[in-house]
Amino acid sequence: MASLPTTAADIAAAVSSGTVTASEVLEQHLAAIAAREPDVHAFNLITTDAARQHAARIDADIADGKPVGALAGVPLALKDNMCTRGIQTTCSSRILEGWKPPYDATVVQRLRDAGAIMVGKTNLDEFAMGSSTENSAFGPTKNPLDLSRVPGGSSGGSAAAVAAGFSAVSLGSDTGGSIRQPAALCGVVGVKPTYGLVSRYGLVAFASSLDQIGPFATTVHDAALVTEVIAGHDPMDSTSIPQPAPKLRSAVGQGVARMRIGRVTDLPGGAEPEVMKRLDAAFEALAAAGAEIVDVTLPSIEYALTAYYLIAPAEASSNLARYDGVRYGLRAPASEVNAMYGATRAAGFGDEVKRRIMLGTYALSAGYFDAYYGKALKVRRLIADDFDRAYTQVDAIITPTSPMVAFAFGDKVEDPMAMYLCDVYTIPSNLAGHPAMSVPFGTGAHKLPVGIQIMAPALGEVPMFRVAGALESAARGLK
Amino acid sequence: MTSPTSSSSISAADVIKVARLARLDIDDAQVEHFTQQLAKVLEHFTDVDALDLSDVQPMTQAYPLANVLRQDVEQPCLDRDEVLAAAPQAQDGRFRVPTINGEA
Repeated sequence: MASLPTTAADIAAAVSSGTVTASEVLEQHLAAIAAREPDVHAFNLITTDAARQHAARIDADIADGKPVGALAGVPLALKDNMCTRGIQTTCSSRILEGWKPPYDATVVQRLRDAGAIMVGKTNLDEFAMGSSTENSAFGPTKNPLDLSRVPGGSSGGSAAAVAAGFSAVSLGSDTGGSIRQPAALCGVVGVKPTYGLVSRYGLVAFASSLDQIGPFATTVHDAALVTEVIAGHDPMDSTSIPQPAPKLRSAVGQGVARMRIGRVTDLPGGAEPEVMKRLDAAFEALAAAGAEIVDVTLPSIEYALTAYYLIAPAEASSNLARYDGVRYGLRAPASEVNAMYGATRAAGFGDEVKRRIMLGTYALSAGYFDAYYGKALKVRRLIADDFDRAYTQVDAIITPTSPMVAFAFGDKVEDPMAMYLCDVYTIPSNLAGHPAMSVPFGTGAHKLPVGIQIMAPALGEVPMFRVAGALESAARGLK
Repeated sequence: MTSPTSSSSISAADVIKVARLARLDIDDAQVEHFTQQLAKVLEHFTDVDALDLSDVQPMTQAYPLANVLRQDVEQPCLDRDEVLAAAPQAQDGRFRVPTINGEA
């Protein structure tokens, strides 16, 4: 077989023009899944038959001369916390095992309308709570680059699916770094758009003021393409920003000449030295490409992790109250309704989810609200104010995405705080509601990929993608 | 009851009370496990006491939006049978639950 296109942009162009069929492209990806999925475990569900039918429909439309979308024939994997009508959606939790949603998430509808073909639902840390996929009720996903290591999390399955060539692109959700950190650990591009840019309708809620959907891709251009398709106002999400999707693909090749890029002088420490070396190299590359590097300070971000681990569990404890064994999912047998609630939730939730529900319930309970949750919201304001000040001086800021490269299974399971530290550089953007993305930039310890994070102010996707494009170009020259 | 400052540590009694509020059955071993782990996370929160937050407004949403309204017109909604098909138990077009407050 002649070599088929691999990027989403190339696949869509070739399929639309009839040089290859959507079915041929799909079969190549299904073959990759058949070969490596037993080792990687990226998926909770592989939707082979539905994918083949969808590809055949697209091929028929093209043969009939009907118009097709911007992602025609592009194989797509979806994190298993996005609702797919009639198709199992589990959040990698026993409490939702077997649940078939009665509706599609807005992003699912938009991707289907654009011609993307869903190949499966990907594994995650239960309810997106974790940084390694080790909290999945259905077993961890393995990093396709080194099967003894985690892919990151919580969207580890979506990152692994793209890294392993199971799908050209995928979607994840990012509450504190759950797209960017696994993108960094698996060596792919991952984007968390501005809060409100992409509809959350049909995304199973974890922490509603922080959650945002975004893409994984092998190129910055593909990430821009998918973001364009899924972004834009949705009346079904009351936090959706009432404006159309931005044009991002044109930003990717614009370069960074005369852009001002921030270097955070008071960045929290603890990153591996090889990771910090790559950050230095990224600044050099951007300076060489014509950007001005400007020192900025973000004095409050050292408190971001602390604030996040009160705010996110508080919101989660409220959102997850709906899993009560009444309307969907698991129900434990009991003769009385209160006993049924307690037993259902004990049987259905895993350890990390219980820990966060307990922490959140405590932080919101009478007598503790002001001391914990109220204070955490004030810290959130300080962090947003820090960013506002910094963005008067710079157009974007770069940091490492993750303090460390992919770590071994079991390394951080026993100590929740050690696991939480994985998100030290990614959490601030969620608290501020700003866009941020991770781009692969060389390797660190054990020759594993390092990701550079690009942060920008609210709705600053265009400058963010300009920097991402420049770093991607520079990364090609790295050893 | 412990005093409401962020430096107070969580007790086993607090954990039992919180589990009840969260409708989460936990056994004695879990009470001990969660007491230790929650104390560890809360301990980090004492860092925040170093900040002067007296004049800071709490931030509850990332992107400022006012109330979102729409025209009050009929729109398609979820299919009842499809929704009830996903329920653990349904009867006569409704969700069925075990006995409430001892009533048969």
